Parts: sequence; C-alpha cells; structure tokens
Amino acid sequence: MTAVIEIEHLSTRFGEHWVHRDLNLVIDKGEVTALVGGSGSGKTTLLRQMIGLLSPTQGQIRLFGEPLFTGNPEQERNLRRRFGMLFQYGALYSSFNVFQNIAFPLRELGVVDEDLIHDLVMLKLSMVELLPRHAWLMPSELSGGMIKRVALARALSMEPELLLLDEPTAGLDPDRSESFVRLISSLHKQLGLTVVLVTHDLDTLAGLATCVAVLAEQRILALGSIDDIMKVDHPFIRNFFCCDRAQRALQSRISVENQ
Amino acid sequence: MSGASVVLETDAEGRRWLRLAGEWRLMALATRYASLNADLISHAADPELGWDIRGVHSLDSVGAMMLWRAWGHRFPDNLATRDDLEPVFARLYAASKLKEAAPQPRLPLEWIATLGGLSLHMWRHLVDFTALVGQFILDVGHAIRAPREAPWRESSANLYKSGVRAMPVTALVGFLIGIVLSYLSALQLKNFGADIFIVNILGMGIIRELGPVLVAVLVAGRSGSAMTAQLGVMRVTEEIDALATMGVSRSMRLVFPKVLALAIAMPLLVLWTSAIALMGGMVSAQFQLDISYGYFIETLPKVVPVANLYIALAKGVTFGIMVALVACHFGLRVRPNTESLSANTTASVVSSITVVILVDAVFAIATRKIGLPI
Repeated sequence: MTAVIEIEHLSTRFGEHWVHRDLNLVIDKGEVTALVGGSGSGKTTLLRQMIGLLSPTQGQIRLFGEPLFTGNPEQERNLRRRFGMLFQYGALYSSFNVFQNIAFPLRELGVVDEDLIHDLVMLKLSMVELLPRHAWLMPSELSGGMIKRVALARALSMEPELLLLDEPTAGLDPDRSESFVRLISSLHKQLGLTVVLVTHDLDTLAGLATCVAVLAEQRILALGSIDDIMKVDHPFIRNFFCCDRAQRALQSRISVENQ
Repeated sequence: MSGASVVLETDAEGRRWLRLAGEWRLMALATRYASLNADLISHAADPELGWDIRGVHSLDSVGAMMLWRAWGHRFPDNLATRDDLEPVFARLYAASKLKEAAPQPRLPLEWIATLGGLSLHMWRHLVDFTALVGQFILDVGHAIRAPREAPWRESSANLYKSGVRAMPVTALVGFLIGIVLSYLSALQLKNFGADIFIVNILGMGIIRELGPVLVAVLVAGRSGSAMTAQLGVMRVTEEIDALATMGVSRSMRLVFPKVLALAIAMPLLVLWTSAIALMGGMVSAQFQLDISYGYFIETLPKVVPVANLYIALAKGVTFGIMVALVACHFGLRVRPNTESLSANTTASVVSSITVVILVDAVFAIATRKIGLPI
C-alpha cells in the first residue's frame, strides 16, 4: 500500500499556544480516515495544513510523495489539482450559479472544450444525486443539504485522487446526513478515492470511516480501525466512544452490516 | 505516470483494432487533450473499426466522457472492455438519461415585462427609502423623549470614524482645489485688471458652493461606501437578524447613529475644508497677483455676506443626512451574496453623489435671493 499523505514531526504554534507537537501520521491509499478530537484540538488546522492553506511551524507534509511547498509554482499547482476539498459551509462562489461553480476548476484548467465541460458538469450533478434543472440555481437559493452536494460535485470536478471533507454532515438533519454519508461512501467505492474527514458526528464516523485517527494532547493518540481504537484505554477515547450515545451509533452500524 | 496512448493495429483475421492504453485521467490527458480528441473522433468515423480498451489501467469520467462523445453517445459495435471499466460508463449512461430542461423561449413582448419589472423595482426603492426616512424621524422623536435609550456611544464612534478621520483627506483636496481655482481665475482677472475681485470669486465660489459639494462627494465615497459595506456584511453574517431577535430596533441601533454622526460631522467638515481651500487660494493669489494675506482676510467678510456661511452649514447638514440615509438604504438591501454586496455598494456611492447634486440644485433655486451682494 502506498501512502497518500505523510506527516512527519509536525508542530504548529499560534502565538504562545502549541496546537500540535511532533505529530506523525501516514494515510494510505484507498482508506477513509476520520480525524476525531475535542473542540480546539487542531483537527481543522491539521486539515488545512494538509492542503497547504496553512504552513506548519515545524515539520513536513508530503502529498503523493511530494512536499507541499517546493517553491516551484507549476509543481505546486499541479499537486493542488490532485485533491478536492469540501469546506464546512460549502464555500460556493456566490456570484456563480451551480453550473458555473462546478465548471470553474475545469475552465481554469483551460484545455477542455465547453461541450465536454457541459457534459461533465451534468455527470457530476447526477453523481451527487441532483437534477439537471438545479444547475441554474444560485447558491443563495439552495438548501443546506444541496449546498453540500454541489460543493462535493465541485470538489470532484477535477477527478481528484484525494478528497478532504471538513465536517461533511454538520448542519444537516439526521436523514439528510445519512443519505450524504451513503453518497460519499458509494463515491468512495466507485472512484477509488482516498478520503480524509474531520467530524464530530459519530453516525458519520461509524458510517464512513475505515480508519480513525484520534487527535488529542497535541499529537495523534491512536490510529486504527474503530474496533481497535475502542480498546485503547485513554480518558478522551473512553468519553468519546464509550458513552451511551456512541454505543448506540456503533451498534446500529453493526446491525446494518449484519443485514 | 504513463500518459494515454492510441495505437492502430490489424489482427490475424484482418480486422482493424484501435488499442487504447495507459492513464485516461484528466491530469494525464490535459496536456494533449485537443490532439487526442481530434484523433479519437477521426477514428470513430470508421464503423468497422474495433475498439480495445483493455489496456487502459485507469479511467476517470473525463477520459470516459471523451470516448463516449467520440462514439456518438453509444457503445461501438466492436468493443473489447474490462469489467472494472464498466461502472464508469454506467455512470455516464445514467447521467445522459436525465432530461435537461429546455431554456424558456423568449417572448416577443418580453421588453414590456422588463420595463414593468424595472418600474416596480424603482417603486420599491422609493417605498423603502420613504419608510427608512419615516423610521428615522420616529427614532429622532424617541431619542428626544427618552435620551437615555438612544445609542450615543455608537453615534460618537461614527462621528470619530466619518468626521475626525476624514479631516486629512478633505484638507488636502480642499487646499489643492483652492490653489488651482485661484491660479486659473487669476490668469483671467489679470487680463481685465480686475485683480482684487479674486477675493469675491474665491469667497463666494468656495464658501457657498464648492466647499459643501466637495466634502459631500468625498464623504459619500469614503464613509457612505463604508456604511453600505458594513451593513451589507452584517446582513450576510446574520448579525442584523440577531439584533432583531433580541428586540433591538435595527434602525435605532444602526441607522440613527450613522445619520446623526454625518449630520454633525458634515457641516464641521464643510467649515474645515472651505477654510483650508481659501488658504490655498490665498497662497496662490499672493504668488500670482501680489495680493497680501492681510488684504485678503480683511476683504473677505466685506464681499461675502455672512448668510452664505449659514447656507453652507445648512447644505452640510442636509448632504450629511442624505448621504447617510442613502448608504443605509442600500446597505439594508444587500442579499447574502458577494455579488449583491458589490452592486449595492456601487449603487450607494453613485446614488448619494447624484442625490447631493440634485439637492444642491434645489438649494441654488431656493436661496437665489439670499446672501448675494447686489
């Protein structure tokens, strides 16, 4: 198995406050890795560092074996085109309609002709289970669940090998959240994506993740499957996974799998 | 990473095969998309040709879509494929079955609808603006009856932001305009030997007309746009809704302080800018026409009746109120997207400058018998 993301000896400091200290993490190809941790434990910071929005104070991050900051703009741009990011609030461009939002990265690439872009946008829309008529809506006319879907379609428009999700189901009702999890999970299987997600939601975690990385005490406390993680004896993990609520979410996963 | 390759071969039975291999992914295809696409389309014209895509070791929807379109949105008769490539084409097939809504045909009389829409739009602006003015007057009444509830701190902050902080830029612009005006007038007056009338021209022109309009334009561009943008962002971040939820009147808390601040700051800025502009004119007159500072200062009150100063102050108050009200009107109309924010900020500045010029014309007519030496 090859590693998609390798993080070595990463430390991050905001002012006087250390968010991460000597953090190491390797994410393998094809895995769905969930980053979990308490509020303020630096999950989103780590996610933003993985895609080069923030640079770490110390240490190095390599994506697909290449360092993120090489100083060569051409190389950096090509590397950034190999992953897609779904932001927590969608981050759709509000002056573009849905079609233009999804077509934007393809148009920026500047090699594909308009007819093909049109067909590709319609394909992405159908992949995220939206209808062609939704393409002409503006972001302000969309519901929360639709914004997430359009943002996902946009993240997928460059055919990424790696997909990063920041709180993919936050702000969705349980029903929508479940169908969104199913959607991501089926896309993961179809496209052979590597997925990294940050989530607080145990249902999302149980429904999607093949691998869990627990971020606490400024480092990766544990990395492994959910069952492995639950055997680790640490106060944070006990609180997060072993309360009633968590048990119910995990139980339902097992019963679904048995069916 | 090996790129996509296309090879034409003839097999033992004499049948021709197009063998595709390598990576058919967007990033690998991007560098030579156009030539590859043309190549595929020219090969697809031959219906006898067999297509062998078994050598393709990775295929994404861009690659699949290229093939699918070259094939004319159906599978070719002779196709050798692999099972694991099937789902990619299945997705294309599923997507192509969804019907797209045809765009609405343009109606022959659509311009009437556009015209009607525009009129309604103007009407809404008028109604909203009237409501805003009415609400402001009610707020003023409330502030007078219950002074303890009025937002004095916000007003004072706005006064500092839009008044005190605007002093350097208005002074600079005023001084330069004064110099230019004085210099150009001096060139003409010299021809007639009417040098001493420079004081009359500068005094009347700057105090009565130029000072108030100049400040109003500067303040509309500086503070008016800032007010619109601030209210607009507050709408985008739902802060205005949060205020309403807590039962705080948005007009009292947001509009009133801004209008009050500009109503106080503008006449003061008019005084300040006119004074500096006259100083600029004085400096230039001394260089150009040898008119001493002492003579200039002594003559000014004699040739410019004091009524002109009152007119200037009245204009300052009115312009300040208009600029702030227009800025708030457009700020409260911002819808939560970036496009609307920029459109409303532009509209706010353009409208407030236009309104200022219109009101100035009204002033000119209304005060035509006041303050003019015979």
